[in-house]
Amino acid sequence: MSQRHPVLTMTAISKHFPGVRALDGVDFRLFPGEVHALMGENGAGKSTLIKVLTGVYGTDAGTITLDGTQVSFTGPMQAAAAGVSTVYQEVNLCTNLSVAENIFIGREPRRGGAINWRQMRRQAQEALARLDLHIDVSELLGSYSLAVQQMVAIARAVDVQARVLILDEPTSSLDADEVAQLLRIMRQLRDQGIAILFVTHFLDQVYGIADRITVLRNGRLVGEYLTADLPQLALVEKMIGKELDALEQLDSEAGKDPARVAEGSPLVEADGLGRSGAVAPFSLTIHAGEVVGMAGLLGSGRTEVARLFFGADRADKGQLVVDGKPTTIRNPIAAIDRDIAFCSENRRTEGLIGELSVRENIILAMQAARGWLRPVPRRKQDELVQRWIEALSIRPADPERPVRNLSGGNQQKVLLARWLITEPRLLILDEPTRGIDIGAKTEIQRLVAQLSDGGMAVLFISAELEEVLRLSHKVAVMRDRQLVAQLTNDESLDADRVMRAIASGARQEGLEKA
Amino acid sequence: MTTTPLAVRADRAWWRVPQRHVPVLATFVLLLVMYGVGVSQYRAFSNIQVVFNIFIDNGFLLVVAVGMTFVILTGGIDLSVGSVVAMTAMVSASLLRDGVNPALVLVVALLIGPTLGFAMGCVIHFFDIQPFIVTLAGMFFARGMCTWISSTSIPITEGFWTSAAQERIRIGENFVSVSVLIALAVVGVAAFTLAYTRLGRNVYAIGGNPQSALLMGLPVGRTKIAVYTISGLCSAVGGILLSFYTLSGAPLIAVGMELDVIAAVVIGGTLLTGGSGYVFGTVLGVLVLGVIQTLITFDGTLSSWWTKIVIGALLFAFILLQRLVGIRKK
Repeated sequence: MSQRHPVLTMTAISKHFPGVRALDGVDFRLFPGEVHALMGENGAGKSTLIKVLTGVYGTDAGTITLDGTQVSFTGPMQAAAAGVSTVYQEVNLCTNLSVAENIFIGREPRRGGAINWRQMRRQAQEALARLDLHIDVSELLGSYSLAVQQMVAIARAVDVQARVLILDEPTSSLDADEVAQLLRIMRQLRDQGIAILFVTHFLDQVYGIADRITVLRNGRLVGEYLTADLPQLALVEKMIGKELDALEQLDSEAGKDPARVAEGSPLVEADGLGRSGAVAPFSLTIHAGEVVGMAGLLGSGRTEVARLFFGADRADKGQLVVDGKPTTIRNPIAAIDRDIAFCSENRRTEGLIGELSVRENIILAMQAARGWLRPVPRRKQDELVQRWIEALSIRPADPERPVRNLSGGNQQKVLLARWLITEPRLLILDEPTRGIDIGAKTEIQRLVAQLSDGGMAVLFISAELEEVLRLSHKVAVMRDRQLVAQLTNDESLDADRVMRAIASGARQEGLEKA
Repeated sequence: MTTTPLAVRADRAWWRVPQRHVPVLATFVLLLVMYGVGVSQYRAFSNIQVVFNIFIDNGFLLVVAVGMTFVILTGGIDLSVGSVVAMTAMVSASLLRDGVNPALVLVVALLIGPTLGFAMGCVIHFFDIQPFIVTLAGMFFARGMCTWISSTSIPITEGFWTSAAQERIRIGENFVSVSVLIALAVVGVAAFTLAYTRLGRNVYAIGGNPQSALLMGLPVGRTKIAVYTISGLCSAVGGILLSFYTLSGAPLIAVGMELDVIAAVVIGGTLLTGGSGYVFGTVLGVLVLGVIQTLITFDGTLSSWWTKIVIGALLFAFILLQRLVGIRKK
């Protein structure tokens, strides 16, 4: 392996932004026929490195060599033309065009000046067949699932004679089956000699596929390792740079005692609640101080349940009982009135307002609860915001910075702070830790444990069984838009049992990861 | 392990229309219904010349609407079209009055619109300003130029123009004007451009998702400038056709025409947010407007303002339809 030459070498790359040293003398290399995972917390410099590589940003110092020649791309287009293609986390394709067009637009096969649609469709079919995807390429891209769209994006990237394929968190919105399929395609491409740069937050995916790992922290290179030489725990330590007993500690301090919280009358009770086309009628009780975990695959109805509790969708069956009184929650305002808060899964589109500052975003829900005629005094705002910035260690700790300039993990904390400030009795968290780094994840998990100790009820939705199990007193399992099981989280409950519940019935054991 | 097959898609029955065709189809049905009403109410309505007259009276509108379709497909808007139409007619009329060679007049008149369109496109792209406000400025500018040229109407008596205006091209017992042929040619070229050229497909891509289009390496800026230039060119052609039709140039002609044009494009099923629509839909949209006018003329008792009222109601119905189709997609 050592006598092979890297297809891509980045040497001593530095990049400064006003007030931030985003990259500081980072080296990175990529060998053909290899999957190389780029790891690091949010803000470690992964995205900046990729953007420098593809020419979105220029470098302040350092050189990039592709196949022995020094290059400096002016943008993703030029990079792609040179064989460096990128597939982003959010699928950057046009859903209003057909699948075939999305693969070929910009370089459509033409005959006599006119686009040759038939040839384009045939070539698209072939390109997707190589990825083992057999779909109607003349359908609009928007009519397919996100996973398929992601693969179409890869097909497009690979079809431009890519030698280097950059996958920037491609798996963060896929469910287990889809991830498995994507990893299979990655192996296939690797075996064809393509060098793959893989960015992800899922450790098991890294260990499932990566040959080599480069770790960044705070804009600096921590090191490059062969995956086989780097145990999982060591990797995590290198990423967050501190001893990682925090997570283990959390396990013990959470002191889950299902019996304790199940006493007394429930805070919220769903009685045969359901909405046709979204969730089959289900019954679920949540007590004060209880964390109810919600497990299930993507699309199994987890979010839909949350939206019913919050009144974002209206239930057409059953009813909700709050404080022992039957209640109809018609809209989110009614839910907020009953001290129910909801942190949505799409923090960018449904939660935060990027142009507003951290302070304004945090105050938003509180202001809405008070009504617009009674503005929160500025001094009180500053006080509250400062307190929560500290409590949640939101970084940078600057209340006036626009939220869009924060990393994903910190945005999530801002969203949390917004709801916590209203002192809800039931907090619904939909995938609060998705796409954020381990450090922030730990902090959010610890916070949930603290809040429930303080008497807050939490409905905790997550695709990661491990954290559901760590935090919950009770685990509700969703499958195919039905609540299929409610498991008390005592000694006997482990990931295996939850997975069996998720997979029971028609589903196969398709869950190597989760 | 087994993986469940991805891309599960319910097999579509053959009679189900793809969602993207629903708006155009709705317009087509509407057109048939309105025509049917006309035929059943008025005996003379079934004369095919009625249809030809709709084309003759709306040829210039059709051409301008085709240009607007390009702009709206990218998610933009062009408010300057009515003024550019008027300015083109004015410039032609005044140059012809001064005895300039008609061929030269044609060239000059056809250059003004695209030049202004190109300039507006550049401002929109390079300074990243909303098309609404840039083309609003263009609208005032062009309208002002009309009055600057002459504050009163200028008649056209030049030979080429008058023969183009009066030439009747026979189709069996009936006839159409030169303008209709030109308009249909423009429609054909535009439809081909949108469906079979990279420029056309880039227009759709940008309307669908400008950010993605950029990341996919498409020439977003060039395409944006191109659509405003195309719209300017179509307005110029529309202006010439209008000067054929009225044989004059008047400073206050085609006031508010941009709104009729936008209405026609939207009724024709093009999404105002961009990315979805067809030139064929726009043709239907213009025909719908034409049939409404004709129905009201046939009635004879209704004021012409009823045209506006009906168009208003239809617009409401069609934007609601677009919304519903959009929601169902989600």
